[in-house]
Amino acid sequence: MSTLLSVDNLTKSFARGGIFGRTEFVAVDHVSFSLESATPEIFAIIGESGSGKTTLARMVLNTMSPSSGVIRFQGTDISRLRTGRDRLQFMRKVQPIFQNPSEAFNPLKRVDRYLFASAYHFAGCRSRDGREIAADEALKKVGLSLAEVKGRFPHELSGGQLQRTAIARALISSPALIVADEPVSMVDASLRMSIVNLFKTLRDELKVSIVYITHDLATAYYISDRVLILQKGKVVEMGSARQVLSEPHHPYTVRLRESILSLDDVERVHTSG
Amino acid sequence: MEEAALSVQNLRAYYVTGHFGMQREVRAVDDVSLSVRKNEIYGIAGESSCGKSTFIKTVAAAIRPPLRVLGGSIKYSFLDRDLYDLDERKLADIRWNHLSFIPQGSMNVLNPVRRIRESFQDFAFPHMGLGRSEFFDVVNRHLERLQLSPSILSAFPHELSGGMRQRVAIALATVCRPEFIIADEPTTALDVVVQKDVLALILETQREIGSSMIFVTHDLTVHANISNRLGIMYAGRLIEEGPTREIFHDPLHPYSRHLVASLPRIGDLTPKIALTGAPPNLAQPPSGCRFHPRCPLATDLCRQASPELTTLSSGRRVACYAVASAPATRPMTNDRMTNDKFKSF
Ligand SMILES: Nc1ncnc2c1ncn2[C@@H]1O[C@H](COP(=O)(O)OP(=O)(O)O)[C@@H](O)[C@H]1O
Ligand SMILES: Nc1ncnc2c1ncn2[C@@H]1O[C@H](COP(=O)(O)OP(=O)(O)O)[C@@H](O)[C@H]1O
Ligand code: SF4
Ligand SMILES: [Mg+2]
Ligand SMILES: [Mg+2]
Repeated sequence: MSTLLSVDNLTKSFARGGIFGRTEFVAVDHVSFSLESATPEIFAIIGESGSGKTTLARMVLNTMSPSSGVIRFQGTDISRLRTGRDRLQFMRKVQPIFQNPSEAFNPLKRVDRYLFASAYHFAGCRSRDGREIAADEALKKVGLSLAEVKGRFPHELSGGQLQRTAIARALISSPALIVADEPVSMVDASLRMSIVNLFKTLRDELKVSIVYITHDLATAYYISDRVLILQKGKVVEMGSARQVLSEPHHPYTVRLRESILSLDDVERVHTSG
Repeated sequence: MEEAALSVQNLRAYYVTGHFGMQREVRAVDDVSLSVRKNEIYGIAGESSCGKSTFIKTVAAAIRPPLRVLGGSIKYSFLDRDLYDLDERKLADIRWNHLSFIPQGSMNVLNPVRRIRESFQDFAFPHMGLGRSEFFDVVNRHLERLQLSPSILSAFPHELSGGMRQRVAIALATVCRPEFIIADEPTTALDVVVQKDVLALILETQREIGSSMIFVTHDLTVHANISNRLGIMYAGRLIEEGPTREIFHDPLHPYSRHLVASLPRIGDLTPKIALTGAPPNLAQPPSGCRFHPRCPLATDLCRQASPELTTLSSGRRVACYAVASAPATRPMTNDRMTNDKFKSF
């Protein structure tokens, strides 16, 4: 079985200046996990803010280099991608989606430009028609069409349309892996479900694996196959999403579980008050 | 009946802008009536841009152009006349003292270049009628009650974590023991663990000082944990209102039913179906019921006429033709989050 992504003992430390000299701060601490090519999955990385999720995502996306440890994508150590061609090939296959759709788009730039640029750089569409077709196909995969977004500025689209457009952009190059860093933290509950349902469809129909970074345990339970719980840069628990989230073992996971607001509290709060 | 802490009647607040002689109106709050009882936490829910913050700005007398109040009345129990009949000086008197505000980003109240102590001095000191050292005694005691160390007074906002800053904003909003507190998404930017603590703090403080409160958030799970009653807004209108518990058990309006049914929960793997379409543009809201383009139960009537918010025999209020024509006393379902009609959503 071939491995899509393997993360092996990944560590990132930052220097923090102090009066008595610099100290090392370890943001990601010996993290290891792997995803298999044959079984596309939604792999959730859960942790509070500051636990190192974004730092881990940046290293997987090859936009930040680790202090130690190795990341292999389809067997290749990504720190050894030297030529422009190899890097482009990697960026095609591993695409990011960010937290806040309105920050991912420049407010003064039409959103279709992002789609056309991806079609040009990552899908090799040199003709204008080719770019439009590629953009339209990608938008259809997320339940939109080019007709709905063509010529529009970010503020002319709803938050949901914008996040879907960001996902469509990521799909243009037919990636094998999407790294989504808190993609639903800034969107409404009703929209949140349409985005996470879309991730399921991408996994099942397009066979894309998704690293889903979140602090929302309920959506992670709903869509993920496996979860990794990160506390202060360290993996404290990893396994099947149902198991880890229904019967957590590590005290930290238990604490996270207990902190999520339960709908059943509606009973407790309102019968006591 | 006991006098309401806040009573809002037929409130209309629009953003009115003129471009090239053309007037454009965004009908962000359109004919909303509700009252908040004494000692109650009244929650307002609804997806983003449905008008929650505009409603809040209007009842907090924080109106700035292009926002304009076009009609309606706002009465607080601690005032002898309508909020909009007060002059600026009187308004400045009631702020913090009688009416205070916890915003989404604590940085909206904490001055980034001033120490926390100075923010307390700027906002709360003028209202307390105390000498400086007595004032700081009160502040210290209040901070301790909220389990904050008085040493945070010498910190700058950026030196504190997000959760800590939000606690400071709560302390600041409650130190004068106001009768009425307005909170706009106060926990939305926080992590789960911190969020739970901050909610507990808000609940405890509200109970301790006996204030009434409007709590706005789009997150229904937060409402389940804090709001006594819940009003749900859609496209500038209040479309359902009732005790939070009853709305969770048996939401009546198709939109509320969708919101409740689509909540993810640990242990529940049933597919959650998202609503199709997007919320309407409030500069050109749909005809009739504003929810009709997304409603699975819409009829011709819904496309033509706008349903009034109607009080049912249970005391709950709902604006939907399909509900008003149903028997007035619907049995409560035990089958809480599911509803057959909604499987098709
Ligand atoms: N470029 C950087 N330099 C120094 N410290 C950093 C840098 N990036 C992140 N950190 C620190 O690393 C820790 C983890 O941050 P991050 O990966 O952003 O966490 P998360 O995404 O889980 O909130 C934080 O304490 C943060 O302050
Ligand atoms: N300054 C403004 N000018 C014009 N329209 C505005 C302004 N602020 C808000 N709006 C519009 O008013 C509507 C309600 O917004 P808001 O009250 O902020 O909603 P919510 O708090 O529920 O997200 C939205 O359509 C929004 O675009
Ligand atoms: S009035 Fe009609 S369109 Fe509006 S919510 Fe009720 S059934 Fe749906
Ligand atoms: Mg992050
Ligand atoms: Mg708002």
